[in-house]
Amino acid sequence: MGTGTELGRVRGLGSAREGTHHWWHQRLTAAANLALMTWFFVSLARLPGLEYGIVHQWMASAWVAIPMALLVISVFYHARLGLQVLVEDYVHDEKHIVCMVALNAFTIGGAAIAVFSILKIAFGASA
Amino acid sequence: MATASPNPRPLSPHLSVWKWGPNMLVSILHRVTGDGMALVGTVLVVWWLAAMAGGADSYGVFMDVFTLNSGALNVIGYIVGIGLTLCFFQHLASGVRHLVLDTGAGYELKTNKTFATLTMVFSVLATLAFWAYQIWGK
Repeated sequence: MGTGTELGRVRGLGSAREGTHHWWHQRLTAAANLALMTWFFVSLARLPGLEYGIVHQWMASAWVAIPMALLVISVFYHARLGLQVLVEDYVHDEKHIVCMVALNAFTIGGAAIAVFSILKIAFGASA
Repeated sequence: MATASPNPRPLSPHLSVWKWGPNMLVSILHRVTGDGMALVGTVLVVWWLAAMAGGADSYGVFMDVFTLNSGALNVIGYIVGIGLTLCFFQHLASGVRHLVLDTGAGYELKTNKTFATLTMVFSVLATLAFWAYQIWGK
């Protein structure tokens, strides 16, 4: 790699071949979020209250636990793609790598806790 | 890897060069609401689910932060609840706007401005409707 201008250093390398993948997955998860979050908002609004007994019994149903797990996966993936753009726009050089590793850890860790919690409620219901 | 440039180039998005208007405001709101929910909303949802899975006691700790002893929302509950609802409806509306723009439609100046304004009208009205139903509808 030369030490010339920024344009000179990247000329001829082609694209990173990641842009379309990111863009398309952001749209796919956006559409999934639109459907799942609409379901979530309507369902929450229709619950008689948010007390433990009410929400726990509600979450234990397969009709709630499955869309809720799908919602968590779709929303966390979409959130990760969005935060990636924020990092790319404002954080550069070595800090960019650190932020992206932290973002992936945050996304995977958060989604894992959420999905495990949903499954624990659903599988523990009939026990 | 790109090294520090001796001649810093302008980076996007540079707010100072734009004339304020509905379309650029919606673009900024889309990022602020999206990244806001990605950082704050996700953490709250994970906490809510984990507290629920932990049992009545841990769920009570979660609810105590946002509600009074009577079960009604406290000030934090209203600020976080209404704030996240407004963020959600704004990001939803400006997200649908992006899907329309992706098809190549809606770039005429007047159409673009109208659609941008409508996303903000929608988010405020939808938030009001949702909370009116929560407070008086039941």
